Amino acid sequence: MLRYTIRRLIQLVGVVLVLSLLLFAWLRALPGGPVSALLGERATPESREALTKQLGLDQPIFVQYFKFMGRALSGDFGVSTGVQPGDSALDIFLQRFPATIELSFLAIVIAIAVGIPLGYMAAKRRGGWFDNLSVGGSLLGVAVPVFFLAYVLKDVLSSALGLPTEGRQDAIDATRVTGFFVLDGVITQEWDAALNALEHLILPAIALATIPFAVVFRITRAAVLDVLDEDFVRTAESKGLTAPVIRRRHVLRNAMLPVVTTIGLQTGALLAGAVLTEKVFSFAGVGQALAIGFERRDYPVLLLLIIMATVVYVVVNLLVDLSYAIIDPRIRTR
Amino acid sequence: MPLLEVRDLTVVFERKGEQPFTAVDHVSFDVEPGQTVGLVGESGCGKSVTSLAIMGLLPKRGARISGSVQYEGVNLLSLSDREMRDRRGRDLGMVFQDPLSSLNPVIPIGLQVTEVLERHRDMPRKKAMVEAAELLDKVGIPDPNRRLTEYPHQLSGGMRQRALIAIALACRPRLLIADEPTTALDVTIQAQILALLKELVRDMGTALVMITHDLGVVAGLCDEVNVLYAGRVVEKAQRHELFAAPRHPYTHGLLSSIPRLDAPRGERLNPIRGSVSDNIPWTEGCAFAPRCPNKLDVCVRVTPEQEDIGGGRLLRCHNPVKPPVAEEVSV
Repeated sequence: MLRYTIRRLIQLVGVVLVLSLLLFAWLRALPGGPVSALLGERATPESREALTKQLGLDQPIFVQYFKFMGRALSGDFGVSTGVQPGDSALDIFLQRFPATIELSFLAIVIAIAVGIPLGYMAAKRRGGWFDNLSVGGSLLGVAVPVFFLAYVLKDVLSSALGLPTEGRQDAIDATRVTGFFVLDGVITQEWDAALNALEHLILPAIALATIPFAVVFRITRAAVLDVLDEDFVRTAESKGLTAPVIRRRHVLRNAMLPVVTTIGLQTGALLAGAVLTEKVFSFAGVGQALAIGFERRDYPVLLLLIIMATVVYVVVNLLVDLSYAIIDPRIRTR
Repeated sequence: MPLLEVRDLTVVFERKGEQPFTAVDHVSFDVEPGQTVGLVGESGCGKSVTSLAIMGLLPKRGARISGSVQYEGVNLLSLSDREMRDRRGRDLGMVFQDPLSSLNPVIPIGLQVTEVLERHRDMPRKKAMVEAAELLDKVGIPDPNRRLTEYPHQLSGGMRQRALIAIALACRPRLLIADEPTTALDVTIQAQILALLKELVRDMGTALVMITHDLGVVAGLCDEVNVLYAGRVVEKAQRHELFAAPRHPYTHGLLSSIPRLDAPRGERLNPIRGSVSDNIPWTEGCAFAPRCPNKLDVCVRVTPEQEDIGGGRLLRCHNPVKPPVAEEVSV
């Protein structure tokens, strides 16, 4: 298990190296660039040239790349030119990363808390009206674009529910500890701050949760249908066990393997969804920074954020792989 | 009074857009306390469906069950789901065919034994674990305390079936149903498992309904035998009478299709032609008629009734096999 983990982490280093090279070249191949983004189309050639030189963009691309990598090893990822000009890319990441984690975590909690029970119920009532309705609903969950749903939530539901639609927290006096606003409020026992941050999370998290929910629901339903046909479920019934014990211990435990795999793979969907959701809800997270970064060609910020997104994706899926051993003893002893 | 009294048990499977299919057709038999009764027949004859109907394990939708299954005077078919759950595992135990797929792969053997004790005998987990170790020991699993913490994939096939027998007998049910419990095992292990079952039901006074296609199992274990064909009991007899003088052509065919070691060299096996599914669905007449060497014209037109032919034997046939004269004297 340990050797496996180490091997996967070494693989991760390789992935990051290759990705950084590709991203570096690809970002510079995009039309426009930070100079045009900063100075506008009507700047004089002299000022353009001066800024190009200042940003080091006049050097050959491989020189730029090795200089970047050299600085990156000492923790310097460059300075933002567009998202928050003048701030270091690392600071921007550290500031915004907790926001996106909070949002994605709540979204995945919603997706699991709704998707798994609903998937189980649909499987138990296979072919019934509840099954058909929820399968149709989940199809809608995948098909409706996130930004559309986000605007519906923002413009229609927010007033009805009295929930805020902008930012991470109202301008209230709150102590910062970890950068996770809800967690900070709990740690410092500033309950109003925690509640306020949570209220800001609800609508964007619902918008972000729709696709993972739909996927978790469908995989749970399919996995439960498979397990219900297994002989050991019939054995459990022949023992006269109560329905909740059979559900929890015999059906769901065996159905969880594919569901957990799916949850890992949904990390990617969450990061992609966060770009749209955070933009709509003016939520100062990694997704919003990515959106602004692309508009303004902020190379250092884009590079760091995309690489970190990859690291998160790989690490989450490594954790998922490791959790198989907890769920299934056949993998543990192999 | 018999422990189990099955009367006219009929199971019809209904699916939208398809002809209803009668898997079990007016099956009746009794099981006395401590007695071992065999249900014998080839695949598709309705023996497994009969056992699942008795246990209340058939799906609620799609299966229409009629007749009665009296257990100690209570009709199990009329009980609610909850009442039936209270009885399964406590009054009736069941052992299934494939021991690997019949055990939950992701929880330890120990929990799979203790959960039935916790459910029906209100034992706390710790006490149930001690009892579970005793049970595993009783069914011949060595080093039971270690086995309790292991998972099904860590046990051999024979050991898994022993564990399933321990589970089924954990609450000392008065009736055990074993559905082809040795089919998925090696021949040497089969003999051990049969010997174990025989010993346990004798020691505990448990009645056993043995479902099998293997007449060797019947010969070694059963007091009384019901031969099923296409969902009907075609012949019922005590074990010795059945083997000495099979009267139904199907039973006769089953017995003469057994390969014999003392047969002359080069003699061919003697199979029954065709298969059960060849004549489903039949509408009238004897279901075995298309495969029967003794077929008469009447067989395809009129369904034979069950007749008492004396000596506790029942037979459903228009033209039964003549009993061998010499053997009839000895019986």
